[in-house]
Amino acid sequence: MAPADAPARLATQRLTALFGRTVAVREISLLFPAHTVTAIIGPSGCGKSTFLRCLNRMHELSESGWVTGSVLLDNVDIYGGSVDPVAVRRRIGMVFQRPTPFPTMSIHDNVAAGLRVNGRLPAASVTAAVERALRQAALWDEVHDRLDSSALALSGGQQQRLCIARALAPEPEVLLLDEPTGSLDPAGTQRIEELCHDLKRRYTIVIVTHNLQQAARVSDYTAFFYLGKLIEVGRTAELFTKPAREETEAYLTGRFG
Amino acid sequence: MTARAIRRRAVSGVMTGLVALLCAAAVLPLVLIFADLLHKGATAIDWNFFVRTPVPIGQTGGGVAHAIVGSAIIVGTACLIGLPIGIGAGIYLAEYGTGRLGWVVRFVADVLNGTPSIVIGILAWTWFVRPVGHFSALAGSIALATLMVPMVARTTEEMVRLVPHSLREAALALGYPRWRTSLRVVVRTAVAGIVTGALVAVARIAGETAPLLFTALGNLNFSVSLGHPMQALPLQIFTYATGPFDEWHRLAWASALVLMALVLLLSTVARWATRQRYGTR
Repeated sequence: MAPADAPARLATQRLTALFGRTVAVREISLLFPAHTVTAIIGPSGCGKSTFLRCLNRMHELSESGWVTGSVLLDNVDIYGGSVDPVAVRRRIGMVFQRPTPFPTMSIHDNVAAGLRVNGRLPAASVTAAVERALRQAALWDEVHDRLDSSALALSGGQQQRLCIARALAPEPEVLLLDEPTGSLDPAGTQRIEELCHDLKRRYTIVIVTHNLQQAARVSDYTAFFYLGKLIEVGRTAELFTKPAREETEAYLTGRFG
Repeated sequence: MTARAIRRRAVSGVMTGLVALLCAAAVLPLVLIFADLLHKGATAIDWNFFVRTPVPIGQTGGGVAHAIVGSAIIVGTACLIGLPIGIGAGIYLAEYGTGRLGWVVRFVADVLNGTPSIVIGILAWTWFVRPVGHFSALAGSIALATLMVPMVARTTEEMVRLVPHSLREAALALGYPRWRTSLRVVVRTAVAGIVTGALVAVARIAGETAPLLFTALGNLNFSVSLGHPMQALPLQIFTYATGPFDEWHRLAWASALVLMALVLLLSTVARWATRQRYGTR
């Protein structure tokens, strides 16, 4: 059950995520081909966010969260014994549902926040990286003349693009978006969706959404989760027009969820 | 209007009045104290009051410069000792204090918070005065720092806990190690609240008298040596207010006014810092 027509950048094998003894996501095997956008859809509580948080080892930071199975990034299991979870998170960026700019930092420092983690960089290369990330996140034109003002002065949509820029600045290989437009207005949502199209040329993107139209608009592949299980995955156009499973069709046509 | 509606209105009016009255009763002491202090103390305050030391009994016009400077030194030294320990302990409690050790530290801090300050003073005397053989300002600072640590630790813990979990996650997702997340993002976001807590603690210990009676003792002369007895404003008030001379009583009122004004100033600054924190920008 996986799209296999492009080399996989990221793959899960029988990935199970638990909270204590409660299984949130059960035995999911999925491939995420390089330079594609994969949407994960499903009703609330189906485990899609938990699954996403397993992909950069954030789930284990939740209270009593743990994982079995494996996640392969370029064929190396990120849950392998010798792998440092902090290093994994530098290679796999993440953006959350609500914008989370660091309130004490300026716009510039927010974007640079992830760069300095690896040690001191020359100021010139930080400046260049900040500009590049802001341009990629389509925010540069709006903020280039006030990089030193507080990140809280931005609108919600701008803050979310700032968070995307912050995730992009360290040049991750994979970008995880957890309902990135969940708290934005339609205009902000549209900007972010356009961004997904631009960004997939450089990154492999996984986006969780409960907005079906959004999944249809931005993704190449769509995976449908229900009750912690992967029901169906396929090319977005095919999954939306002729779903193979009854549950998928029921969800897509609005009979539940 | 029905009878029931009239009754409701009456009860509502009585209750509102009652609450307003209780509120006034709560605020009244502060107003009365400050008014009385102004009335009795303001006349004794002039330039000499701040820059001169006491004059011999019988003369008028002395000041309490030694007590003001002494208070600043004793409280400042207490801050140097108490603030790093208190803030460090608070950060530890908030960030890592979920286990058994955290529980113990929290419990000890709460007990210490409730310990009467005179007990702390006596302990400071047995540990830092008796072995040395003489009273010292440093012993006073240590006693005040001991009072400060649990207060600062608990407020720091609360302020750090107020930082939204989402910020912590955002930093971790960027590949921040945990300690760096704590310092660069969580503590930095909570810093205004931590400063507020520290200022409130400073305001409280600035007025403490009991611990200083057994430690810094007091001094009628100007002294800046931590190893020797030193005057402080609360001690000054205690000595002058219980003394037999009218001139002393006048200076005691004035000292009380200065101390009160300092505490009020600190509290106001603390309030202002909090407003900045919760303001909408």
